[in-house]
Amino acid sequence: MITPLSDVALARRVAADIPDGSYVNLGIGLPTLVADVAGPDKEIVYHSENGILGMGPAPAPGTGDPELINAGKQPVTLLPGGCFFHHTDAFVMMRGGHIDVTVLGAFQVSERGDLANWMTDVDMHPPAVGGAMDLAVGARRVLVMTTHVTRDGRPKLLPACTYPLTAAAVVDRVYTDLAVLDVTPGGFLVREMAAGLTAGELQERTAARLSFAGDVGVLATA
Amino acid sequence: MIDKRVATLADAVAGISDGATVLIGGFGDSGVPVELVHALLDQGARDLTVVTNNAGSGERDVAALIRERRVRKIVCSYPRSAGSIWFETLWRAGEIELELVPQGTLSERMRAAGAGLGGFFTPTGADTLLAEGREIRVIGGRRHVFEAPLPGDVALIKAHRADRWGNLVYRTAARNFGPTMATAAALTVVQVDQFVELGELDPEAVVTPGIFVDRVVRVGAP
Repeated sequence: MITPLSDVALARRVAADIPDGSYVNLGIGLPTLVADVAGPDKEIVYHSENGILGMGPAPAPGTGDPELINAGKQPVTLLPGGCFFHHTDAFVMMRGGHIDVTVLGAFQVSERGDLANWMTDVDMHPPAVGGAMDLAVGARRVLVMTTHVTRDGRPKLLPACTYPLTAAAVVDRVYTDLAVLDVTPGGFLVREMAAGLTAGELQERTAARLSFAGDVGVLATA
Repeated sequence: MIDKRVATLADAVAGISDGATVLIGGFGDSGVPVELVHALLDQGARDLTVVTNNAGSGERDVAALIRERRVRKIVCSYPRSAGSIWFETLWRAGEIELELVPQGTLSERMRAAGAGLGGFFTPTGADTLLAEGREIRVIGGRRHVFEAPLPGDVALIKAHRADRWGNLVYRTAARNFGPTMATAAALTVVQVDQFVELGELDPEAVVTPGIFVDRVVRVGAP
């Protein structure tokens, strides 16, 4: 039986790859879980595009500062050593290659590392991009955290994106509820898979052609 | 003698003309100069181009300006916030123009205007539909798109404390676009919580030097 990873297990797997001492920007949505599960054994400095380094967790109810929010507009706190700066400097950090790791959600990722995560072709809402494009082109390492397929079962890992791109050839590694895959010059290379999943079953759920590392690991479910 | 303090919100927004480009600080509900925007609403200027990160939400500040049909065009990165009903309504009806700009590019275009630069090339968005029809240059092996400066006729921003020279300090993440917008407008108007005497602000910690500020007005409790 295939055991897909829970969101929390997926977040733990991503967190395990973030080195101690990293400056990290987490995209809104699923990636914010990474900060919740990253253990105290590592010192990680979280960056927010609205001018925060050393961002801490949500405040206790009733104690928050309404102006102190994260990119998702949720209340946060500032850790000792943290600081504030203005928007232009926040994006100097992002675009200028000063952020070590970013974790982003995705609608689609192509086998050459193209990322589509800001609009779909069926979008009836006004377009909105925020800081996604700056982060995707500027962070030193771009990790994608997503479900392997869409809610209605369509593959998200494709030979080429069909939705408008956020940035081209930027994704380094993709973490899904079924697998960990590196983007290599030869396309997606599977490093780890969920328990009970065969290579053939993973390929069936993936539109891009997969290759498999010699020693594919099993993803921990807890 | 230099005294940039004005007595009332009406004085603060006096002279803003129809058709003006107005830079409005804020990120979500953090750092929005709510009282200045409401004063602009009362002042009556229309046919405005508003440059701001989000398109307002609910019935107040930027959303109210849009609702009252005072905004011809909005330049922003993320107009699709929860509660941005008025922008969405007018956008669907074709009654408001949207120029969507990646967030870091929005900030840097204003920085360029304030710094007297003729624009810049950035990798952000260069491989996306936002760069269609625009000048592309390959720099260091990477595609960059040209971005023009984005000056304002007026900037409306929020800070925490000011002295009569217009030196400013901000509070937490409310700083966001304020320091950049202050440099980029012909007339920079600031609302603050508190006036202080000259010399009371730590000169090592002044964030916006008064040279960038034209008017300051105190709102709320001193």
